Amino acid sequence: MVHHDTLTGAEILLKALVDQGVEVIFGYPGGAVLPIYDELFKQNRLRHVLVRHEQAAVHAAEGYARSTGKVGCVLVTSGPGATNAVTGLADAQCDSVPLVCLTGQVPTHLIGNDAFQEADITGITRPCTKHNYLVKDVNDLARTVHEAFHVARSGRPGPVLIDLPKDVVQAKGEYQPPSKVKSKYKPQVKGDLKAIEKAVEMIAHAKRPVFYVGGGVINSGPAACQLLTQFVRMTGYPCTLTLMGLGAFPGSDPLFLGMLGMHGTVEANMAMHDCDLMINIGARFDDRVTGKLDGFSPKSKKIHVDIDPSSINKNVVVDLPIVGDCAHVLEDMIKVWKAKQCRIDEKALKAWWARIDQWRASDCLSFENSNKIIKPQYAVQRLYELTRHRNPYFCTEVGQHQMWAAQHLKFDLPHHWLTSGGLGTMGYGLPSAMGVQMAHPEALVINIAGEASIQMNIQEMATLVQHRLPVKIVILNNQYLGMVRQWQELIHGGRYSESHMIHHPDFVKLAEAFGAVGLRAEKPGEVDEAIKEMIAVDRPVILELRTDASENVFPMIMPGMAHNEMVLGPEDKGRDKPGSEQDGMVLV
Amino acid sequence: MQVTKAIEEINRHTVAVLVDNESGVLARVIGLFSGRGYNIESLTVAEVDAAQKLSRITIVTSGTAMIIEQIKNQLRRLVPVHKVHDLTIEGPHVSRELALIKVVATGDKRVESLRIADIFRARAIDSTNESFVFEVVGATEKVDAFIKLMEPLGLTDVSRTGVVAIARGPNPI
Repeated sequence: MVHHDTLTGAEILLKALVDQGVEVIFGYPGGAVLPIYDELFKQNRLRHVLVRHEQAAVHAAEGYARSTGKVGCVLVTSGPGATNAVTGLADAQCDSVPLVCLTGQVPTHLIGNDAFQEADITGITRPCTKHNYLVKDVNDLARTVHEAFHVARSGRPGPVLIDLPKDVVQAKGEYQPPSKVKSKYKPQVKGDLKAIEKAVEMIAHAKRPVFYVGGGVINSGPAACQLLTQFVRMTGYPCTLTLMGLGAFPGSDPLFLGMLGMHGTVEANMAMHDCDLMINIGARFDDRVTGKLDGFSPKSKKIHVDIDPSSINKNVVVDLPIVGDCAHVLEDMIKVWKAKQCRIDEKALKAWWARIDQWRASDCLSFENSNKIIKPQYAVQRLYELTRHRNPYFCTEVGQHQMWAAQHLKFDLPHHWLTSGGLGTMGYGLPSAMGVQMAHPEALVINIAGEASIQMNIQEMATLVQHRLPVKIVILNNQYLGMVRQWQELIHGGRYSESHMIHHPDFVKLAEAFGAVGLRAEKPGEVDEAIKEMIAVDRPVILELRTDASENVFPMIMPGMAHNEMVLGPEDKGRDKPGSEQDGMVLV
Repeated sequence: MQVTKAIEEINRHTVAVLVDNESGVLARVIGLFSGRGYNIESLTVAEVDAAQKLSRITIVTSGTAMIIEQIKNQLRRLVPVHKVHDLTIEGPHVSRELALIKVVATGDKRVESLRIADIFRARAIDSTNESFVFEVVGATEKVDAFIKLMEPLGLTDVSRTGVVAIARGPNPI
């Protein structure tokens, strides 16, 4: 006899979440999800982190997901709860972060009635989720949850939303375990072997090769990162990483050229421009990477490995596309390389490295330090040096501080760098750090912030204190929306339209008001002590560093310019001739 | 130069898409086209397999080869989409459109409209003393031509299905 337990929708939901391996939910209760919260109250297998704004719940789940490789989980109420989550979902969609976001919905008979706290959230989030569901029957609930997790984590990961009408979670129905659910969604993970053989041949014969590696390798998992590292070292070829790819290849390895793109290093961008073979693994030719498309790496053949066929030939036409998961493809590449006993062209490679070393000699990330005022680059460097022994997780907000962090921190391990790359969401850092700390309670988690970005989700300080999450927040306070100010200085004639925030809170007092610790350093000589004090405290800390307001991020590829047209610093004449925006793909 | 020209040439493609017949699936497809700035020249959708709950969407779109490739790949990314076939490049196919056309006329014009309908093998499926509703089936160009001829004869209303298409030969998509 088969016995089927009849459960309420809320019970089915939580059972399904547990079966999917969920440990932590980031959420915020409200009318439409009260039955679910009631069920949460009665159990102790799922932990719930009560955020202070739903956007933060999604970013926290992103932090959790990106630092663990698991699917993050969010629970918010209908209407405003759901719409507040939209920015987080869009962020996760752009950066391919696996999430399942559960939203409450008004009872099915009220849908479409403009009921209290009703929003058409499946309609609203269709373009900014990988997929979404509206569950209308409690007997579809378990299957839908299992499928949602499968979709979120398979192929190119992404956020999936499940809209749950209140009557559905209150109704009684049957539970189905994950083993009973078969999804039709099966993305291709194995690359075409013929294409891989061709790629290996091209790689072996290259004279001026470069590996251009992106977040796809990180998303594929630690095995992919190890395989990548192995393969790059087997060839001895140079490797550059995108903003999302940092950590996929060891930052301290001599084969690493640094980050590429708009604020990438000279050696990375010049190698991209002058290479004869570009080996793109898990990167998507983003406009912040390519600069002007007409001038993008004009002399190279291009190999592109990507799990998402729509990323191939989207911006840049490539010579050899390989659709598949990076780990699988890299594994096959190494096998083929060994089987064919491939030999590289040592002489050509030596000459190529000699050229790269000339570019490296420009020491493009150097800056003029000061003993009077804290230079932001100096602050990031000190932060790195004084914390590296603890192998910290670094989150950032968005803007100048983010680019300095990307340039001056070095990552030897994947999943330790969390930043909003595609969407560029100010306010990402603090809540994502929260999620990282939840997943890694013992780890040192540092959020590098600007004074403007941090205020976008500053309310989460209360969450940190409530849940005893000792996240360290380092604010590089330059009094400006720094990246906006930089563009206004370089491109808009120095007209600083609305980029100067004349009033800021006293961040030390603010930290204290939340029940956290506030620290401040105003002189370069105070920086080390302040950082040491910060990491010695076992509570959330805001450390405000008053930095040079006039510092800009260099090198910089101006809008509409190509990789070989970088501006190296404030003295560089190139800064007076930003290209016409019509010519380039970089429109913002 | 010729190569560039070939790449940038804009062509019309008929794409058949097999999807789960679930709520929101059409919105996903249409949203993809509007959100990414692709053209839709015509779109038809109806359930084709009730047992498996599958619908077939036929989209006529135009763009450069690169754009068309993007459209197909973007469609394939949608979770409820099972198959995407570009009938235009995959071999010969037949496509048809049905139109209902209302013509209000008396006297010579009324007779002339009937005569032209006969040439186009259109059928009058509704009639009053002063009007006809014609049903015409054929390739888009034929329907266009019929409508053009009816314009001076009292054309007042047109309803078209858009293109449905299927590959020639024994194989399904």
